[in-house]
Amino acid sequence: MTDLGAPQSAAASACDQRYFGALAEGRFEIPRCLSCGRFHFYPRVCCPHCGSQDLEWAAPSGNGTVYSVTIVRRAEGDYTVVLVDLEEGPRLMSRVVDMPVEQVRIGLPVRARIDAMADGPLLVFTARGEVRA
Amino acid sequence: MNAHASRGSIAILGTGLAGMGHAGGATEQEIIARASCLAIERSGLRKSDIDGIITSSLTSPWWVMRMAEYLGIRPRFSDSTMFGGSAFIADLKIAQMAIDAGECENVLICYGATPRSAPSSSRINQMRAELDPQPYEHPYKAFNPVSSYALAAARHMHEYGTTRRQLAEVAVAARKWAQLNPDAFSRKPLGVDDVLNARMISDPFTALDCCLVTDGAGAIVVTSARRAKALHARPIYVLGSGFAHWHRQISCMEDLTVTPAVESGRKAFAQAGLQPSDIDVVELYDAFTINPILFLEDLGFCRKGEGGAFVEGGRIEPGGAFPMNTNGGGLSCVHPGMYSIFLIIEAVTQLRGEGMARQVAGAQTALVHGNGGVLSSEATAILSSVL
Repeated sequence: MTDLGAPQSAAASACDQRYFGALAEGRFEIPRCLSCGRFHFYPRVCCPHCGSQDLEWAAPSGNGTVYSVTIVRRAEGDYTVVLVDLEEGPRLMSRVVDMPVEQVRIGLPVRARIDAMADGPLLVFTARGEVRA
Repeated sequence: MNAHASRGSIAILGTGLAGMGHAGGATEQEIIARASCLAIERSGLRKSDIDGIITSSLTSPWWVMRMAEYLGIRPRFSDSTMFGGSAFIADLKIAQMAIDAGECENVLICYGATPRSAPSSSRINQMRAELDPQPYEHPYKAFNPVSSYALAAARHMHEYGTTRRQLAEVAVAARKWAQLNPDAFSRKPLGVDDVLNARMISDPFTALDCCLVTDGAGAIVVTSARRAKALHARPIYVLGSGFAHWHRQISCMEDLTVTPAVESGRKAFAQAGLQPSDIDVVELYDAFTINPILFLEDLGFCRKGEGGAFVEGGRIEPGGAFPMNTNGGGLSCVHPGMYSIFLIIEAVTQLRGEGMARQVAGAQTALVHGNGGVLSSEATAILSSVL
């Protein structure tokens, strides 16, 4: 449907600017709640678990597991869209790269990487092992 | 189970359809107005009797005011909550609360759009995206909404062994019902292999796992059950209803195999004092072939994970043991962006025995279930020709 490449709209929130700003500097950081201790994603000004506004930005390990995957079929080439569960708990949408799209499976252990794209930094994932049965 | 005191407190009177398939140059406002006039006339009411209006639009945030102005209605009550495609079933609950509270008597619920004859320009699509920014999903260029539902289907297949053939059976059954419905848009024969071999869009969905893009408008009028008996020979009572929304974006859905239909269904059955085995005909929002499988499970017609096996072997086809999506659904009948108004109208047609070739014999109680966003909002209602 709509094909929007730019990660940040003109109306990007302060959280968006902080998140994508860090990505641009090569750091993958997400909010962690200082009250309940849980991470969340996407970044908000209040914890969606406990409601606290007492948050900090912290670097997750970057390790995660593919929760679901679809291959988007386009004339210009196929690519994956995945949901990844981070070790720290939050789930995010991303793309698994550097392997044939058909081999990206649910349960695949993956590791985060920041790619520089024409329209800004993009968080992607690469395989870091085999799918465990 | 004891029914709630408000069980069946409102009823559906007239219904109207307009611009089905291809609206031939009419605007969405014009086809909604035509469907609305028809529904009001068939309700035994005059337009001046309508004192409540509920509608929503994928494009205009001012929609309920625009439609009321166009129709010449000054409503005592109005609502335009954007739930996505489930809206018009959720609106039954909103209308019931307003009518029960004495805020109004006769509520028009209407929707229509013309995405087939007048597709949105890329500028409008860009504007819609900017008004509903999703900066943590947009960069990955999912083909939405298809890809979001595809992610749910892939997870269901992974956890429960659901197959692409089972998904295809949903599309094939919908087509067989559509062949019995003169208002349906796609009526050519369709087999499981046709669905499997169609162009892959976003795995596991081919183009034929996805709903149509057609024009169409639908309208209904609801009033109190007490007034309904005096106004209409066959009022259709809303025995129970409920809605729920748990997320907006697919990446924020907690379990891709469990939808808010669990909650909306529980509310609707509790208010009606009924259970799934009491239902004669089922109309489920089939934006994609995985949807009815998820909803059959979440609404309690089968256990979690058994939806794929449930739809196999012609069970949901005409003549099958479980009549479902009897108009041909969003997959083969009509789908103008948001669809749930057509689920209600088809259920009313069935419960009045007016389904002609597709009539389910003896249908007395129906369940309608609408879906919105990306499995984000769900709304369920139980309708019956008897209180």
